[in-house]
Amino acid sequence: MPLLVDTLLRVEHLTMRFGGLVAVDDLSFDVREGNITALIGPNGAGKTTVFNCITGFYKPSEGRLGLRHGKPAVWDALEPLTDSGARRRVHADGTLFLLERMPDYLVARQARVARTFQNIRLFPGMTALENLIVAQHNRLMLASGYTLLGVLGFPSYARAERAAMERARAWLDRIGLLARADDPAGALAYGAQRRLEIARAMCTQPVLLCLDEPAAGLNPRESAELNQLLRTIRDEDGVSVLLIEHDMSVVMEISDHVIVLDYGVKIADGAPETVRNDAKVIAAYLGLGDEEAKIEAEIGS
Amino acid sequence: MTVLANSAGKGGRVEEGAIARDRNRFVAAATDASLTALIAFGLFLPLIGFETVQNINEVLVLRTRWPFLFSLVAIIGAGRLAYVLVVPPWLARRAARPIAAEPPAWRVAVARWFVPCAIGFVVAYPLMVAWALGLRGSLKWIDNFGIQILIYVMLGWGLNIVVGLAGLLDLGYVAFYAVGAYSYALLATHFGLAFWILLPLAGILASFWGILLGFPVLRLRGDYLAIVTLAFGEIIRMVLINWVALTNGYAGISGIPRPSFFGIPFNADDNGFAAVFGLPFSPIYRTIFLYYIIMALALLTCFVTVRLRRLPVGRAWEALREDEIACRSLGINTTNTKLTAFAMGAMFAGFAGSFFAARQSFISPESFTFLESATILSIVVLGGMGSQLGVAIAAIVMIGGTEITRQLDFLKEIFGPTFDPTQYRMLIVGFAMVVIMVWRPRGLITTRAPSVYLKVRKTIAADLVKEGRG
Repeated sequence: MPLLVDTLLRVEHLTMRFGGLVAVDDLSFDVREGNITALIGPNGAGKTTVFNCITGFYKPSEGRLGLRHGKPAVWDALEPLTDSGARRRVHADGTLFLLERMPDYLVARQARVARTFQNIRLFPGMTALENLIVAQHNRLMLASGYTLLGVLGFPSYARAERAAMERARAWLDRIGLLARADDPAGALAYGAQRRLEIARAMCTQPVLLCLDEPAAGLNPRESAELNQLLRTIRDEDGVSVLLIEHDMSVVMEISDHVIVLDYGVKIADGAPETVRNDAKVIAAYLGLGDEEAKIEAEIGS
Repeated sequence: MTVLANSAGKGGRVEEGAIARDRNRFVAAATDASLTALIAFGLFLPLIGFETVQNINEVLVLRTRWPFLFSLVAIIGAGRLAYVLVVPPWLARRAARPIAAEPPAWRVAVARWFVPCAIGFVVAYPLMVAWALGLRGSLKWIDNFGIQILIYVMLGWGLNIVVGLAGLLDLGYVAFYAVGAYSYALLATHFGLAFWILLPLAGILASFWGILLGFPVLRLRGDYLAIVTLAFGEIIRMVLINWVALTNGYAGISGIPRPSFFGIPFNADDNGFAAVFGLPFSPIYRTIFLYYIIMALALLTCFVTVRLRRLPVGRAWEALREDEIACRSLGINTTNTKLTAFAMGAMFAGFAGSFFAARQSFISPESFTFLESATILSIVVLGGMGSQLGVAIAAIVMIGGTEITRQLDFLKEIFGPTFDPTQYRMLIVGFAMVVIMVWRPRGLITTRAPSVYLKVRKTIAADLVKEGRG
């Protein structure tokens, strides 16, 4: 597979075994910069496992996960970096990371890959604002001189905290939760919690945002709002999005690129229109009660 | 009663109905009470109704105690009757009362002024006691109540960082207290270093041990974490007992130097504190000085904790308590976060430990048993995990309570001179703890105050705040 100019994340031969079970089998795909890439597939296809490998929560059994910051030229360092055994290589034009070598918190901190969870994982006893401030932990930690300057009340920390508050306020405004800023996250409605989790991930200032079923449990109106939010994240913030989704209306409407998994194997990869007409995809979705797939199958036959 | 005013005829019926309802209620309550009395009779008949005594021939004989038994059963029955008649109607009336949208003015004023007044009281306490009771009489009140309570307030605040904020259940907290105490005792007796040098050193050593405990337990959660921390506390105590060459074992270390007043010792010499300041000699000056040291240390603990809560590290502790996985997804190094929590908590225990050694002038492993850890943990849990004020109140209730139950000699007047009230001390304290936990299952102060706010600081209800799973 040739490296495209705009490849941001390259997944190669990713395999994840749990004992005898092969959850993901020799999966390779690219996530391109400035795209919304959707990872779809029936239940148990291994989508969340792929996410957990990318974000460092699982250590893959095999495979390479390369992520670039900066100019495409840093991809030249891929082979030397792999041979060197290091986690990352800093280049004049940017940095190249091998995510499979990094623990989860470093994937978020250094490689700047943020994620959300299928079952929402906010800090329920902290306010919406606090949730967004916690997301800016590493920058604030640095500004507080690893707590020392902060305890002594140095102005550099106060400045950094004001900036963090400003960012949090801007995000609360964007997701329409400014009025609920001082309410505990656990007391928000389900749809609001989903949006807050996305805003929290965005507050880490990622290059790649991984969303695990962001539209699950949302009503059609909230779903449409989510589409709009994801588009602005792609277009205005310039953050690439990788999402797992079951809601085909979301997938087909906003994704630039769709990857279909079934039983841990990639069965289709391409633009939404080509994927939706793919015979293998239709077959994988048949019998799962997905209306759209059924209709597609009828038309296809 | 408004119905009565409307129409007399209708009112009469209503009144009749009310009387009938009252009669029914009384009958139900009486039935309930007699049933309770019956159960009490059944239970107490073998336990209290009979007594075995040795007669003059040293033979065991059975003796009955009917008056005692029946008076107990009567008390229980009457108590139940009163409870059934009073408490449920009162609860119903309270539930029916509408909740005011705004808290009344006096509550706002209390919330605003309580903490400054409390700090003012703590500062003035020894002087007030000394003025009221004289130098001789106030010693007990400053030492047993003031200093003793403040030590536990400080320990509670220290453990609150680990348990209340970071949500890591630590059952071996007393180990760090012991490390601080022995650090001071050994370094002061062997090298003659001063209190003010050894105080930070003891804190650093204790936090070093905190990190050392932190490493093996990083991957443990909940019950497993609790067990390992418990074992750690016992290991430290065992080392203190068995490493006789260093610690002198059970015999402990005595003759630990006391802190001086910036170089002026508290003794009866010509260069002693009393002589220098032209006062008549009294041991109370040292006690008052110690009181102010522990007060300053406790306030420092509180100040640092409140400050840390508003810094990224404190927010990371609380986030860790709420959801560890989410923390990791945000790039927070949970290993470091847990270790700093252990180290911080241990450091304050180390400070308190070195103060304890300096105050007692004698320490032995006996002072650092599991019961101490359990006491400190119950202060934190009773106060409401994470709440500074709650922990302080709980320490006053717990430690002040155990101390005040030593002063129950007046009960001898009632129960006769053979009655020893101190034997019932822990029973009363235990009962009080049970009552508090039934009354407020999540501690005295359960709400969480957010560390930062945009428009208004709203307190967060307890049911949303996680307790941490270790």
